[in-house]
Amino acid sequence: LSPYITIMPYITIMPYCHHHFHNLQELRHSASLANKVFIQRDYSEGTTCRFQTKFPSELESRIERTLFEDTVKTLNNYYAEAEKIGGQSYLEGCLACATAYLIFLCMETRYEKVLKKIAKYIQEQNEKVYAPRGLLVTDPIDRGMRVIEISIYEDRGSSGSSSGSSSVSGSTAR
Amino acid sequence: MKNCEYQQIDPRALSVSPSSVQNHTEKKVQRLRRKWEVFPGKNRFFCDGRIILARQSGILPVTLGLIVVTCGLFFAFDCPFLVTHLTVFIPVIGGVLSLFVVTSLLRTSFTDPGILPRATPDEAADIEKQIDNSGSSTYRPPPRTKEILINQQVVKLKYCFTCKMFRPPRTSHCSLCDNCVERFDHHCPWVGNCVGKRNYRFFYSFIISLSFLTSFIFGCVVTHITLRSQDGKSLIQAIQESPASVVELVICFFSIWSILGLSGFHTYLVASNLTTNEDIKGSWSSKRCTEESGNPYSYNNIMTNCCVTLCGPMPPSLIDRRGFLPLVAASPATETELPPFPVKNDTNMCTKSTKDVLERLVRSLDSRGRCPPGAPKTTPVAVEISAAATPPAERSPPTGCSRQHAGRHTAAAPCPPFARGRERRDSFQSSNPAFRLASPSPSLSRTFILGEAPDVGFIPPP
Repeated sequence: LSPYITIMPYITIMPYCHHHFHNLQELRHSASLANKVFIQRDYSEGTTCRFQTKFPSELESRIERTLFEDTVKTLNNYYAEAEKIGGQSYLEGCLACATAYLIFLCMETRYEKVLKKIAKYIQEQNEKVYAPRGLLVTDPIDRGMRVIEISIYEDRGSSGSSSGSSSVSGSTAR
Repeated sequence: MKNCEYQQIDPRALSVSPSSVQNHTEKKVQRLRRKWEVFPGKNRFFCDGRIILARQSGILPVTLGLIVVTCGLFFAFDCPFLVTHLTVFIPVIGGVLSLFVVTSLLRTSFTDPGILPRATPDEAADIEKQIDNSGSSTYRPPPRTKEILINQQVVKLKYCFTCKMFRPPRTSHCSLCDNCVERFDHHCPWVGNCVGKRNYRFFYSFIISLSFLTSFIFGCVVTHITLRSQDGKSLIQAIQESPASVVELVICFFSIWSILGLSGFHTYLVASNLTTNEDIKGSWSSKRCTEESGNPYSYNNIMTNCCVTLCGPMPPSLIDRRGFLPLVAASPATETELPPFPVKNDTNMCTKSTKDVLERLVRSLDSRGRCPPGAPKTTPVAVEISAAATPPAERSPPTGCSRQHAGRHTAAAPCPPFARGRERRDSFQSSNPAFRLASPSPSLSRTFILGEAPDVGFIPPP
């Protein structure tokens, strides 16, 4: 909770801020969002969920290649773990079949557990790695598992934006 | 002021006071809407988005009715005689089988078959940009296929004009439901839903258990009539004593042929890791392919194929039916029009940097099933806990409620082959009119322009 609390002072100072909480979605479409990069699926090994690790050219100036590749490879590993076919998944499947699939009412499937881990991982990556560089990674599950959407934000040269980088680093430095 | 802001975006406050929401948003929405309400496909939703059905589910009640009637007659008229003459296990077995049949059927009908959500406008624009590499202003429709390598075999991916994306392998667009469905098998009118990746195992267990049930009832009824006519009465007399048995016999007799045939066919499909769609089109048959190629998805081992198809991990639903729509932005499912750009008024805006940080943090909180940014839960601090708490609650009911049957039943008849063939023709036809578009559709052109706008203004940092 601490990172969120440190940015509260910024909110109290700002006029009309409560008004713009509502319009955060509108602001997303305004000047700050510059571009979006889509990392497509890699189907070379079949229909299992994998994303291409090819480094897109738009990110060349924003983030180091190794960091990006690490993120995508970790995500690929998570998805491979979720879709792994082995003893545990068979057991889960047979148990589910035997109980007429009513077992899913009380139990969470392994896939859902891994999806939660992925969501946490992406949030952590956004906070630590991507947000300081003006990027934001969207969880692929929000895009139908088709793409990893990376939004590139741009601080335009308007009023008050000179403190942009410092406030960003201030919030992440805690 | 902090409390005031939290109150402003508190979900309860927003849903209670829609007037304040209307003042701030440009949408015509009166209350918080869930994503299923604006779902673009031809599906119907019940139980506040927990249950999903195809639009035309006309034969599902017939299927249910046939099963209920047959089982009811069996339990009412045949079981008393058989219990006294044979064993009490007969109604027990019959009961267990009927329960299994009905639950499988309802799970098949009410589960999301693996619908792929349509591409967001940004995605669609990006795809078009990639295709139209020349950067000319003239618009030409994207090429229909893209070739990729799967397990060293060339597979063609088609572009779906309705969903504005290249379909993943084994995905097909169902014209009846107007959705792209992953690992599309067929659209079953008897079940009232498409059969795809997520509900194929339920469908398979439905037809297998139905085969057992019809065979069991058929055997029991024949035994019943035989036993009756053995007590010194003629066959006609036995039938007159128990007319319901004849009804059951007729239903079961005609069902058995089709159901057993369908079960056998699907067992073959499961063992070779094929879908009905691929089998009908002959995608991997030796006639169309070269000598080296075959099914690239098969593990070349019957047991592995069966286990993967039927006992593999259960993938999640991608369409997030019960998630809330963002208040201000256009719903992710519609492509009608994007929200107009707000007037850039620097005096009204917060510092860009703060805004960026907020947006990022808000975006990082955005995830499936929770309220997306712009929706009530935009405050990081107070609502983060609730945001973290609600996702499990929101995610589990969809799968949970879809399993609860509404007490309806379906008939014992199988999906006739002609329905599959018709669907195949429909899917082919659905792609042709789109391809014949001489001029781009308005939404496409708008997304194309919108996709270019950021590029125009994009200034790379020094």
